[in-house]
Amino acid sequence: MKEGMFRNVSGCAISGIFSKSGRRFSGKLIIDSITVMHERSNGLGGGFAGYGIYPEYKDYYAFHIFYENKSAKKECEEYLEEHFDIINLSKIPTRKVPQITDEPLIWRYFVAPQPTKLADSQLDEREYVVRSVIRINTAIDGAYVFSSGKNMGVFKAMGYPEDVGRFYRLEEYEGYCFTAHGRYPTNTPGWWGGAHPFALLDYSVVHNGEISSYDANRRCIEMYGYKCTLQTDTEVITYIIDYLHRKKGLTLKEICSVIAAPFWSTIERKPQKEREELEYLRSAFDTLLITGPFSIIVGFEGGMMALNDRLKLRSMVVGEKDDMVYVASEEAAIRVIQSDLDKVWAPRGGEGVIITLENGES
Amino acid sequence: MAVQYIYPEYEVVRNYDRCIACRVCERQCANEVHEYLADSNKMVADDSKCVNCHRCVALCPTRALKIVKTDHTFKENANWSGKSITEIYKQAENGGVLLSSMGNPENYPVYFDKLLLNASQVTNPSIDPLREPMETRVFLGAKPEKIERDERGRLKNNLPPQIILSMPVMFSAMSYGSISYNAHESLARAAAELGILYNTGEGGLHENLYKYGKHTIVQVASGRFGVHKTYLDSGAAIEIKMGQGAKPGIGGHLPGAKIVGDISKTRMIPEGTDAISPAPHHDIYSIEDLRQLVFSLKEATGYTKPVIVKIAAVHNVAAIASGIARSGADIIAIDGFRGGTGAAPTRIRDHVGIPIELALASVDKRLREEGIRNNVSIVVGGSIRSSADVVKAVALGADCVYIGTAALIALGCHLCRSCHTGKCNWGIATQREDLVKRLNPDLGYRRLVNLMTAWKHEIKEMMGGMGINSIEALRGNRLMLRGVGLNEKELEILGIKHAGE
Repeated sequence: MKEGMFRNVSGCAISGIFSKSGRRFSGKLIIDSITVMHERSNGLGGGFAGYGIYPEYKDYYAFHIFYENKSAKKECEEYLEEHFDIINLSKIPTRKVPQITDEPLIWRYFVAPQPTKLADSQLDEREYVVRSVIRINTAIDGAYVFSSGKNMGVFKAMGYPEDVGRFYRLEEYEGYCFTAHGRYPTNTPGWWGGAHPFALLDYSVVHNGEISSYDANRRCIEMYGYKCTLQTDTEVITYIIDYLHRKKGLTLKEICSVIAAPFWSTIERKPQKEREELEYLRSAFDTLLITGPFSIIVGFEGGMMALNDRLKLRSMVVGEKDDMVYVASEEAAIRVIQSDLDKVWAPRGGEGVIITLENGES
Repeated sequence: MAVQYIYPEYEVVRNYDRCIACRVCERQCANEVHEYLADSNKMVADDSKCVNCHRCVALCPTRALKIVKTDHTFKENANWSGKSITEIYKQAENGGVLLSSMGNPENYPVYFDKLLLNASQVTNPSIDPLREPMETRVFLGAKPEKIERDERGRLKNNLPPQIILSMPVMFSAMSYGSISYNAHESLARAAAELGILYNTGEGGLHENLYKYGKHTIVQVASGRFGVHKTYLDSGAAIEIKMGQGAKPGIGGHLPGAKIVGDISKTRMIPEGTDAISPAPHHDIYSIEDLRQLVFSLKEATGYTKPVIVKIAAVHNVAAIASGIARSGADIIAIDGFRGGTGAAPTRIRDHVGIPIELALASVDKRLREEGIRNNVSIVVGGSIRSSADVVKAVALGADCVYIGTAALIALGCHLCRSCHTGKCNWGIATQREDLVKRLNPDLGYRRLVNLMTAWKHEIKEMMGGMGINSIEALRGNRLMLRGVGLNEKELEILGIKHAGE
């Protein structure tokens, strides 16, 4: 059995580091942070997302793809050639680590949508990319696109996150933002695709929790063309954020008021304008409310958002030092990389912490 | 004496050691079962008139009475039941259509009883509703197609008209005429106190009850009785009744004998005339006609109220609902084959339509496949018996449920299924003044409020156990359900897994 065929409940550790000035730093920092929370994972999945890591290819979509065999690779590359201009392709560099075994073929492609195909599709560019990714992941057996954004990339595997980081030589990448995930699934995922972060375009999500609203959310989001093939919370949360942000045009703050909506009793105490807006968001998008425990870090182009469920049933701490912002499941995971913090606090349930680059560019 | 083919189904058993011949039973029974024999200072009973409504039992001060099913029997026959034989005797005698009341009592599967709910263990905490907020507020109505912003970038409120409920339960349509004024008043006052809605049914709205308009659904049915501009304006929502679960494909008939006084006035028809609701709406012979009525009603009320279209659960219900969702309706109400009625032909009630659980599951699935589930809310009725049924219905995909029978039982109904006789001893399904006054609305409304309050507590407990603290996160959350004793096809239609999977 491999993940996607059953629902795999997980506990987890998450961590995120962001430089508001856009200064690029090595991926070593995030490995050091997540290593501290070794006990929060069980060796059945770890992963990272880095932003600003491909400046030389920043105008192209970077597809990271797992292949189970060569025929899947052949079939997938035919599809890519037909639908995209492939600017560059290579194996993703890895190093042998005894703890990481059974690796699939791991390839990276920098691509741009094929202009005539894109025009024929009558879709905007990002929607075209999303549909292509979903198409590959659902229709090509043995091929799985696990990263598809611009100037960002996801790196994940079966194993403890610190081993996964060394496997992918993460210290050789530099970016303005990294997030990390250590997984504690109740069942073995059976393949690498089940590890986190989960990503679509430049949105990536690391998540700790088990959402009780899962099937309500899944059945709602699948109406809008998404397909939840992994049956994980992280997957459905990513799709919800993509849908609300990219397709519906809600701001991240508004998205927090949908997925971790304040209680009605709280809304009623707000000033009129704000109350009306919150009532509107809760009723217009009621099926996308997420209940049950979660802490998530959402990475996106030029920013990062941390959010807890509305009851704060999972730990999550934020720290700040100069232009750096740190988010982690445990304060120790921040202190280990920055002991001298200007500010450290635990955001309340449903209170989104949204951090963006100061100059507005990545 | 003529040959009596039919032996009474129930027997009145009187304990003469306890009976004090106070004659309460005699005064209480509108069916005139009990009789006092002055010569012997003794009460006797005519079992053949007894409908087993328990009125006499409940009021006997010495608890001297009980009603038992007769052990008189036909010769054993696995094919010809006593019921089948008796019904033939009846029809052979009077040549008429058999009439029945309340919901289908036959032994069909009750799918709610084959569904089990989930609870959190270890990986996810359950939530204690006594310590944490647990939200049951429901919005019914269409969702906006897209978000709009004003010039300052603020969200515009483009939400179509909605019904807001404190919990996902409403009182379903029961007309003034089919039930008494006091029953209607009880429902209206309870709805207002609970922050939910009740439904006028097709009998118009008594002018005394206009003040509960914010908690009223005004119904427009095929007879259009009692429909006028003020009536439409007075409600919180308008329901077009296309069908009823107890009698799909059949209209209604309130006998002239019941069209008296205020009922005649409220229905806007002369006293003593039969109120006949045709089987179809004669201005709706197709889906495009429905659209015209939906928009006529919206025009008439300035697009300020949601329009509900109520249909019976029939074989093709998913496709029909999908058509309705594209026809301007804000809410679809689906009534299952167990739904109640004040009177229906027995054969229709017992043999037409499908279970609400299956209808709901397939409608919800179809609307999602078509991407239009958010165009409409779904309300289901047709035998919601407890808070567990409510939770299961919501998990299958309903936004809200309608309860009719359960509400009447709270008011004292004992499910004797004799509403069509008009002699309801509990003052519910009758217009006889002496009987109506037995139902005190001050007490009746309180019992309804109590019932709903109890259900709300139970709903919250079940939600909390699942780690869900807002009802919308339960809606359509079918992973919270497992089936027991269901076959593959049933599981497929319900969209759930079997227990253990």
